[in-house]
Amino acid sequence: MVEWTEFERATIQDIFTNMNYDVVGQQSLARCLIVYPWTQRYFGKFGNLYNAAAIMGNPMVAAHGKVVLRGLEKAAKNMDNIKATYADLSVLHSEKLHVDPDNFRLLGDCLTVVVAAQLGAAFTPEAQAAFQKFLAVAISSLRRQYH
Amino acid sequence: MSLSAKDKAAVRDLWSKVSGKADDIGNDALSRMLVVYPQTKTYFSHWKDLSPGSAPVRKHGKTVMGGVAEAVSKIDDLTSGLLNLSELHAFQLRVDPANFKILSHNILVVLAAMFPNDFTPEAHVAMDKFLSALALALAEKYR
Repeated sequence: MVEWTEFERATIQDIFTNMNYDVVGQQSLARCLIVYPWTQRYFGKFGNLYNAAAIMGNPMVAAHGKVVLRGLEKAAKNMDNIKATYADLSVLHSEKLHVDPDNFRLLGDCLTVVVAAQLGAAFTPEAQAAFQKFLAVAISSLRRQYH
Repeated sequence: MSLSAKDKAAVRDLWSKVSGKADDIGNDALSRMLVVYPQTKTYFSHWKDLSPGSAPVRKHGKTVMGGVAEAVSKIDDLTSGLLNLSELHAFQLRVDPANFKILSHNILVVLAAMFPNDFTPEAHVAMDKFLSALALALAEKYR
């Protein structure tokens, strides 16, 4: 059972309430595909991922980035029960999508960078700690059904 | 995953834009590392104050970024260029190399927060590669 402080709860709610899902979703997934190009292996059907400009302009990347963020929002809305909330998603990523779970951390790191760019100094060290703890719990829950 | 000519150009370009704030970057990155990854505090038990922006943190952030600046100038041969620093980390400081990744991540976060327009995806990948190569050069003498 994960223990969350009041500060951590408030920080996570704050970040997700004020987030522009279109921008942050597109930017995070695009950065992941650019900075860690081997992650492109899961997106063979997304068309042109040939270079950074193509990835940044790709509408399927933008759409899917938003899907991922909506998934994280589910965890943010169920912070006391992320494990159960993600049970089906975990099975999906393992059995259907066959995603190497190490990739979750890579996407998480890119999301942290994008949120930092959006919030600037408001993304204090303490806020970053709360956000990365949240991502770690989400990632751990997503890994749970892998066998 | 070695640095291409394009990567080196991107690193030099970004560095020219951010180096003026190197001290602030170092302070912020180190502060974040100590808060977000508390296990890293174990290397600084001799400091009086480990809180973000404290005097020892500021001073050390400056030292670290001095090392990064040196690495940028020696980007064409990091391994031989950073031999002295590698010996320092291997034989005296004995920092577990896993921590290089942690500090690198926080440097990237700070660059994004302080220079959102300059820290483009292209700059991001080049910088990530550069910091990884730097970490590798730093670990050269470990064993």
